[in-house]
Amino acid sequence: MTSDDFPPDSPAIEAHEVRRRYAGGFEAVTGISFSVARGELFALLGTNGAGKTSTVELLEGLARPDGGRVRVLGHDPYRERAAVRPRVGVMLQEGGFPSDLTVTETLRMWAGCTSGARPPGEVLELVGLGARAGVRVKQLSGGERRRLDLALALLGRPEVLFLDEPTTGLDAEGRRETWRLVRELREAGTTVLLTTHYLEEAESLADRLAIMHRGRIVTSGTIADVTAERPSRIRFELPAGVAPARLPLALRAAADGRRVDIRTHTLQESLHTLLSWARESGVELRGLDARSASLEEAFLDIAKTHTEREKVAA
Amino acid sequence: MTGTTTADRETTTAGRDAVKAGRSTTVAGRLNALGRAELTLLLRNRTTVFLVLMMPVLLILVMRSTLQEIGLEESGLTVAGASLSGGIGMVLLQVVYMNLVSAYVARREELVLKRLRTGEVSDREILVGTALPAVLLALLQSALIVSVGTLAFDLSAPRRPGLLVLGVLLGCVLLTALAAATSALTRTVQTSQLTTLPLFLVSMLGSGLFVPLDLLPDAAASVCELLPLTGVLTLVRAGWLGGVPGHDVLGAALTALAWTALAVFAGQRWFRWDPRR
Repeated sequence: MTSDDFPPDSPAIEAHEVRRRYAGGFEAVTGISFSVARGELFALLGTNGAGKTSTVELLEGLARPDGGRVRVLGHDPYRERAAVRPRVGVMLQEGGFPSDLTVTETLRMWAGCTSGARPPGEVLELVGLGARAGVRVKQLSGGERRRLDLALALLGRPEVLFLDEPTTGLDAEGRRETWRLVRELREAGTTVLLTTHYLEEAESLADRLAIMHRGRIVTSGTIADVTAERPSRIRFELPAGVAPARLPLALRAAADGRRVDIRTHTLQESLHTLLSWARESGVELRGLDARSASLEEAFLDIAKTHTEREKVAA
Repeated sequence: MTGTTTADRETTTAGRDAVKAGRSTTVAGRLNALGRAELTLLLRNRTTVFLVLMMPVLLILVMRSTLQEIGLEESGLTVAGASLSGGIGMVLLQVVYMNLVSAYVARREELVLKRLRTGEVSDREILVGTALPAVLLALLQSALIVSVGTLAFDLSAPRRPGLLVLGVLLGCVLLTALAAATSALTRTVQTSQLTTLPLFLVSMLGSGLFVPLDLLPDAAASVCELLPLTGVLTLVRAGWLGGVPGHDVLGAALTALAWTALAVFAGQRWFRWDPRR
């Protein structure tokens, strides 16, 4: 365990062909590979049951993978727990605290078990719980409990931070505060792996992301990578008396009554064609809306096509 | 807290390294942190406080009145000696065993154990740290019982203190491990009152807590000698009151050790860290 076997340019987190099977035979993670560079913020996206938490638990060293290899800072997080744990911070999807301890007592207990722990007061200010220091955990709101969990994860100034759905249950303001904090940590050089089902969270924070579906990674890369292959959309409504058939053929429009939906990989070009036609024909396009492919679009599209494909295969 | 294990933890960030060096946690520090939190919780729960502080006293009184009726001539024990030494067994059962089963189950169901396992504490430290306040209380209460017996009931001071201490300590380890194993079979804190009942009853009746084994028929007595808590209790009686032949002491020590080894194995093997749902 010297720094020789872990050069600084090697990834902070590595998963290679990782599998996880539960008792009963259900395979929650079916051989996924990805890596997270030092200082990078990587998001795992997916619907409920996609295998995000099952994957993160393997990276955290809570369980041993049934196949493949996991490395965190060059170590096996399950077998070399003592080497990895002082350097990582973990926020579980559902954290557990004794309900009869106060916030400060909880932090003090954790500080006693955390190398190089910050003072409890400092970390409480960081997550905005300073005013709740003396309150029993059972009296905290769901959002406050999430922030206490985050405080524990940050207590030891971790090099690698695992956040499993860190903003679930937070209100809009709390969510923004958490995002700000996560961004600051990333800027200070912390490697962050976060799971979320809020797409805007991944869009706003992640350097790179992977979308999981039924235990597999179906696509990964930067947000630009992931959305690049997706079509942009133009939507509008035609006035009565103008049949969708009159639209230029090049637009490949799909009509549902008077509503028209156009999917295109060349948004500017298609818009130009559409608007020129509208002016020439004197047609008003009501509710005109044109947008580039978003992560949401990509996400829904992936979930849909993969589910359909599985139905066909079955 | 001074670090002993920093040498093998390299960091690439020099600053972080400097901060962490010398502030690494130690086993003692981690156990202390867990034990303190658990003690706070124990003292905040009124039911537990009552159970832990009052039940042993009440049960010793009950035992006393029962023992007065059955007559102890054959066992060579006095009523005070039998009930107070049995009281130490009672303390071990109530304060260590029954209290810890519900503590382990409560922490498991609250997901506290799962959360703790994401940190630096090892599994064994979590189990030991959680047990610390209960064990400490049991030791204090045992000491109190011996003092009361000696000062107020004309019992002798412990004749072989080493043996007495060995018995009580083995009992603490044995019952902590049995509590860990029993918690695996227990769904909720409420049902722990049920799952702890078999050992409680078997020990009360068969390990000499209520009725000294010498008063039982020989066949029954020799079976009862093999029960989990009998060895511990024999060591306690031999250490405090004396009058137990050497080979019986040795047999008791071996029984107690065997049960302890078995319980530690079972506790570690079958302990459940995730909630039963």
